[in-house]
Amino acid sequence: MAIRDETRMLLESMGRLFEDLCTKQVVDAAETGVFAADLWRAVSETGVPLAALPESAGGADAEWSDLYAALRVAGRFSAPIPLAETMLAGWVASSAGLEIGDGPMTVGPVRAADKLALTRDGNGWRLNGTASRLPYASHAEKIVLIADGPDGEMAVVLEGSGAPSPAKGKNIANESRDTLTFDNFHVSSDSVAPLGEGVSRAALYRRGALARATMMSGALERAMDLAVTYAQERQQFGRPISKFQAVQQNLAVLSEQTAVAVAAANLGIQSLGCGDDEREEFQIAIAKTRVGEAATLACELAHQVHGAIGFTKEYSLQLATRRLWSWREEFGSDPEWAVKVGNYFCGKGADRLWPILAGE
Amino acid sequence: MATPMFRFDPVELPPEAIKIRGEVRAFIEEHKDVMGFTRGEHNPEFSQAMGKKGWIGMTWPKQYGGHERTSFERYVVIEEMLVAGAPLSAHYTGDRQSGPNILRFGTEEQKNFFCPKIAAGELTFCIGMSEPNAGSDVAGTRTRAVKVDGGYRINGTKLWTSNAHNADYAILFCKMSSDDVDANDRHAGATQFLLDLKTPGVEIRPVINLLGEHHFNEIFLTDVFVPDHLLLGKEGNGWNQLTSELAFERSAPDRFLVLFQMLQQMIRMAGPTPDRSTAAALGKLISQLATLRSMSVSIAGMLMEGLQPNNESAVVKDLGTRYEQDIPVVARQLFATEPELEAIDLYASMLARSTMNAPRLSIQGGTREILRGIIARGLGLR
Repeated sequence: MAIRDETRMLLESMGRLFEDLCTKQVVDAAETGVFAADLWRAVSETGVPLAALPESAGGADAEWSDLYAALRVAGRFSAPIPLAETMLAGWVASSAGLEIGDGPMTVGPVRAADKLALTRDGNGWRLNGTASRLPYASHAEKIVLIADGPDGEMAVVLEGSGAPSPAKGKNIANESRDTLTFDNFHVSSDSVAPLGEGVSRAALYRRGALARATMMSGALERAMDLAVTYAQERQQFGRPISKFQAVQQNLAVLSEQTAVAVAAANLGIQSLGCGDDEREEFQIAIAKTRVGEAATLACELAHQVHGAIGFTKEYSLQLATRRLWSWREEFGSDPEWAVKVGNYFCGKGADRLWPILAGE
Repeated sequence: MATPMFRFDPVELPPEAIKIRGEVRAFIEEHKDVMGFTRGEHNPEFSQAMGKKGWIGMTWPKQYGGHERTSFERYVVIEEMLVAGAPLSAHYTGDRQSGPNILRFGTEEQKNFFCPKIAAGELTFCIGMSEPNAGSDVAGTRTRAVKVDGGYRINGTKLWTSNAHNADYAILFCKMSSDDVDANDRHAGATQFLLDLKTPGVEIRPVINLLGEHHFNEIFLTDVFVPDHLLLGKEGNGWNQLTSELAFERSAPDRFLVLFQMLQQMIRMAGPTPDRSTAAALGKLISQLATLRSMSVSIAGMLMEGLQPNNESAVVKDLGTRYEQDIPVVARQLFATEPELEAIDLYASMLARSTMNAPRLSIQGGTREILRGIIARGLGLR
């Protein structure tokens, strides 16, 4: 039941890599809009971004649970790279047998309301619709999309350089979130294929939500670590503020919410590979709901403990909290996912609540 | 990272724990006439039936009436019983903390005498910790034991003792009254006894709670004689033993499942296609519950590994009581009903009970403030 040795080793090596290469200077620079190419190259060389792919597609048949655990580490270090997006893009594209490189990728749609449609045009395809707020689309070498084709959902792989120029946007952590609009955009036939088994727009959306929930659990660990450390260093009234019970109680609640977020994200991760789409959907819904709730409370407390210094650009708490405030809204906010949880269990009826939660 | 992180490794229940779930549900179905919304009813027949099934003292050695089952199996039995609203009072305290503490600190004679009877559901224990002037500050106990020929003479008062009026024994926490106790050490001289509540000099008086119910009691001890063989552990080691007992108490999954049937009732009232705000509110509660449960299973896993998840237990208890206190708050936002304890309308009576019971949750077994103090210590702040 304990964490597997392979997982632990992976996490330790990812932790060291980010510790060395994902410094505040690197994150600050990335926030100005310059892609963190050196960091990406180092992460890419570990093989982690595409590790979930089968060996035949250049991957390592790695466990998704390990890769999500790596996302928690990335979240802890505010890593300004499309790691989750590249993992998911590779998963979508390779399921459809489409070629991908080893550069940074993005994937979409990431917004529930977006619609993309493919229609036949001779040997090729025409793509119409909007994929809004795609993470790092302006820095991606490949853009992997799921669109509605005449016979169901299809994967589309576009060259970053060949896609329509994006309308640039960003989240409040200054991570690029770019909108692509397709107006009868021509796509060649070898860039489009039906999705493989288990891959769908709904599956992408929930796995994206779980990626954000997992990254948030890491960002919460960072916020908590900073708050606990700071409280022991900062002196007021002649002693460290950590000696005041009021501060201790806030830190205790902060640590509780952090522990809850990690546990909730793990609950979602546990559902991956159970082979039951319905279970995966509601467990991830629970994860995104609970992590979002924890993040809202924990950000407030982490800032309260820090006082004014935490509100500065110079101090790094804001790297974690601005990401938490961004990520909690992405791939569906916690209130949106809570509605899904409520609808699911109300639809099943009160007598099914316990068997489903207990795994029957 | 420098800061200690509390550990809740994800755990999948093993096959034997999944197997026992079916047996427990069948047993509950057989006894459904005694199941209800409120846990805590004292029902010795039900406890004895559970004892016959081998579901009390499940993880204890067979030698002492136990069954050498895993913590996961025990976890499943308890969670199914709590969800069903089974009447567990007659054995719950003994199973959860008194028995384990006797196994840990007791003599062979004590283990042989008490544990098989607890496991059979034939012996009810209560907790003799709190006093009028020693609530959160248990070390401030004023109950005193004096060594006399063949035993101890004990005087003092215990308060808030749940189920004492139905119990056979209490694990009594007190201090030695002797000259060699260090007055500057608040834990010095602390000692635990296995107190037979039928001993002369023990007087139990009801304290009616705000629901109008007789749940807890005041116990007056006047020159009570306890023989040497009922000293638990060592004279002066009582604080260690109490800490261990509280850890057993707090690691149980009973801090977030007591109101399960009310959550079910809310789902029933919401219907299969609730409006958006109702779905969101229920979804949030269910997400809290599911996460608490996974953390609690994780604690069962730590117990299996022989770890002492004291900090993790404090985290789950604090969050679990918050969740149970939120249920009536959310309920009244969703469904307007005037609460009435004895109402025919099930929901009205659930709302009444959960509202009135809420304050107690974050007081018993360690107040919210005490738990957060424990967590702060775990973070290295104290």
